[in-house]
Amino acid sequence: MSYTIDGETGPWELVIGLEVHAQVVSNAKLFSGAATEFGAEPNSQVSFIDAGFPGMLPVINRECVAQAVRTGLGLNAQVNLWSRFDRKNYFYADLPQGYQISQFAHPIIGTGEIEIALQDGSTKVIGITRLHLEQDAGKSLHDQHPSKSFIDLNRSGIALMEIVSEPDMRSPEEAGAYLTKLRQILRYLGTCDGNMEEGSMRADVNVSVRKAGEGFRTRCEVKNVNSIRFVMQAVEAEAWRQIEVWESGGTVEQETRLFDTGRGITRSMRSKEDAHDYRYFPDPDLPPLVFEQSWVDELKAALPELPDQRRARYVADYGVTPYDAHVLTLEKETAAYYEAVAKGRDAKQAANWVMGDLFAAINRTKTSIAEPPVSAADLGALLDLMADSTLSGKLAKEVFEVMVETGRAPGVIVEERGLRQVTDTGAIETVIDEVLAKNADKVAEYRSGKDKLFGFFVGQTMRAMQGKGNPALVNEVLKKKLG
Amino acid sequence: MHPTDFTIAGAVAALEEGVISAEELTRAHVAAIEALNPKINALITVTAEHAIEAAKASDTRRARGEAGPLEGIPLAVKDLFCTEGVPTTAGSKILEGFVPPYESTVTTRLKRDGAVFVGKANLDEFAMGSSNLTSAYGGVLNPWSRRNDPQARLVPGGSSGGSAAAVAARMALGATGTDTGGSIRQPAAFCGIAGIKPTYGRCSRFGIVAFASSLDQAGPFARTVEDCAVLLRSMAGHDPKDSTSADKPVPDFVASCGQSVKGLRIGVPREYHIDGMPAEIEKLWRQGLEWLRDAGAEIVEISLPHAEYALPTYYIVAPAEASSNLARYDGVRFGKRVAESNSDLRDLYERTRAAGFGPEVRRRIMIGTYVLSAGYYDAYYLKAQKVRALIARDFREAWSKVDAIVTPATPSAAFAEGENSDDPLQMYLNDVFTVTANLAGLPGLSVPAGLDPQGLPLGLQVLGRPFDEETVFAVGAALERAADFKALPGMRAGA
Repeated sequence: MSYTIDGETGPWELVIGLEVHAQVVSNAKLFSGAATEFGAEPNSQVSFIDAGFPGMLPVINRECVAQAVRTGLGLNAQVNLWSRFDRKNYFYADLPQGYQISQFAHPIIGTGEIEIALQDGSTKVIGITRLHLEQDAGKSLHDQHPSKSFIDLNRSGIALMEIVSEPDMRSPEEAGAYLTKLRQILRYLGTCDGNMEEGSMRADVNVSVRKAGEGFRTRCEVKNVNSIRFVMQAVEAEAWRQIEVWESGGTVEQETRLFDTGRGITRSMRSKEDAHDYRYFPDPDLPPLVFEQSWVDELKAALPELPDQRRARYVADYGVTPYDAHVLTLEKETAAYYEAVAKGRDAKQAANWVMGDLFAAINRTKTSIAEPPVSAADLGALLDLMADSTLSGKLAKEVFEVMVETGRAPGVIVEERGLRQVTDTGAIETVIDEVLAKNADKVAEYRSGKDKLFGFFVGQTMRAMQGKGNPALVNEVLKKKLG
Repeated sequence: MHPTDFTIAGAVAALEEGVISAEELTRAHVAAIEALNPKINALITVTAEHAIEAAKASDTRRARGEAGPLEGIPLAVKDLFCTEGVPTTAGSKILEGFVPPYESTVTTRLKRDGAVFVGKANLDEFAMGSSNLTSAYGGVLNPWSRRNDPQARLVPGGSSGGSAAAVAARMALGATGTDTGGSIRQPAAFCGIAGIKPTYGRCSRFGIVAFASSLDQAGPFARTVEDCAVLLRSMAGHDPKDSTSADKPVPDFVASCGQSVKGLRIGVPREYHIDGMPAEIEKLWRQGLEWLRDAGAEIVEISLPHAEYALPTYYIVAPAEASSNLARYDGVRFGKRVAESNSDLRDLYERTRAAGFGPEVRRRIMIGTYVLSAGYYDAYYLKAQKVRALIARDFREAWSKVDAIVTPATPSAAFAEGENSDDPLQMYLNDVFTVTANLAGLPGLSVPAGLDPQGLPLGLQVLGRPFDEETVFAVGAALERAADFKALPGMRAGA
């Protein structure tokens, strides 16, 4: 059942396309050698090129081009061996050159597609229209002085990839899933860190609404939305606004809007009439960007495994369910952690521990998979202690909690606290004999057919052994003695 | 012989032989500047003290046996080249107070080779003009004057008018210029000296204030073709800081000046016989071709069918690029800022740019903005780019028939202040023979070849294949030898 919003005149479909600005992971800016570190002192990472000084010229950073190509490959997209930079002209105080160098007519990456996973278990393919490289602008700070604005050019000239989707999404969920998947791919590739709160990934959301079976109606663009949650909220808020406009007899005008996160509504930023005339033209300072297919092939060969491939491998090689594989591959760090635990061990058990105990511990301790409360090596060692019967499952959970608390290795904890499971049949027999002797009445009841009492004897035995009895052996000996 | 009368090649020899020191040579030029610059206004900034210090250092280097190829040679630098620690104005008020914290690649290379800079040469504002009259620092007086109207204030041409006048008046042995539509070749012709715009990409544009990036190219002025070759050798070469600079070896241009033109095919474009061209120009052109024929070259008539569209094409492409290149002069980070206490950003831009840019620059920014605007882009900018491609194709076809092309450098001799300034279109006609080389990226050399009836110098232009400056120098040197141009401007050092 497809997603619709019910207005007064009936159901409305949503049409959504996203333009994502993703900051390229690179040490230097797109056209200058200046550094790109986040959070540096204002105006400390600015070359004369970034500041638009007279006579300064841009020189393309090869690594940024490689990152764009890698991303294109990750988006199953066409890589254009010939592309070109254009100037997008407009005046603003944080745009030192008076133009942004971008790729307007001939982007480096053409059409591609990615598959998104939806909550109902279905998947959907979303088309990628293009990806192009461009420079970021600086930052205007209006709150530092009562009557002046300050400019920080650290961001000026940093490489961005603008990734434009087809208008293929039909619900806030799909928009969220698209952004999630895109971010996942970028992080796997290491081409963008995807940190929306630091502004290294931002989305412009194009929304229109229509009745079933119609062509496209006028769309509006909601600019610079900076979290996946806000994108989903902005889609819904903007769709409702447009539905109200249409249903009250009005016409949606094409315009650029902003999402007010506090009030959960979109506000007009500028109308089509006020839209800039950017006077795009080829940047005469830069020859066309040309590279060989062989270079693309090299980059392709060196590409890391992507989320879809990894998910398929987990299902095939580790025998985990597709859902578990999806969860384990969502974050590159989780997948790496999981693989370190699963390697050479019971992969399903590893998956259960990572998604169960480890995720719970991360939530409880407010840590992250990147800096986990228990290292993958320690968790693996814990699984080994279960495999060699040193620990029962129950004891392992206890040891795990101590590991979370103390950060110590499981072997050390087992030794220190004497948590080693008892596998000595003689010792188990002795305890069982005592238990049976103490509960002669229950033994009689059991033998007269009350089978359910077996669990009682197990519990009594384990308690007498402080939980350290090997459950299988306890069962075995009990059966023999009671039988 | 007065030290300012040396050629560069001659001065290099004299310095090597110890006939003169770099300090003496520089002091002679500084004295010439002090005497003449107040009248000629060729230099916006005179760096006399810097120059004398640099000359002393040069003498020390020479004494240590570390002399570079231009060791101790006093040069003027067009004030479009950024020079570290020395004000750089681009002839505009908007760069008032701007002292670059960096040096252009071309001037870096000249310094590396030992050159001594005596000052920053006047120019049309942002290199936009053919008279030097658009400079915010006043016009430059051409050192030559009319025989029967010596009081007429003649222009030196433009935009590199100060560079050309300084070299002609012997305030420097050579100078740097830039040429976007003729800005080296036209002033060289007007001032009776040689000047070459090399192939686009031959010299780095890094650190040169941009006018029209796809057309701008640096080049030298000097009083002989050989001296131009000496200077270009130092200026040229690949620069990783300019993506449009060519990664090609720099040939020995000086050696090319001695090459024979025998057997070379010299093209004469039919379309360059324009209506209303003065008879003396036609005559000089014919004379030049005869000299080359006498030297063993073959003269071949060729056709450049799109040449007639070159000027309008140029006046779309160049302003379009300029309108974007000049957007950075906004009063925010450097140069002039004009703001009221209650200025908002837009007001700051408007006041700053209105006060900072002169009328010709404003006109070109408006033309450029217009031709790139939505709805006009296809009709103007895009069409101009297509015509530009056709002009380049015309030349490619010509190179299958000829090795070089010879034309007049300008459609007239130097004009007087006021004569051409009412009608900007009339002024733009000055570039009619020169703009094609910029549009097609070709090397073009202007050689003084004769005088008009008023005793004013006239130049011939030699065009060559891309990156074949060697043939251009060979043909230019042959014309120079045949013309044996000995006339001197009335206003010069030692006169």
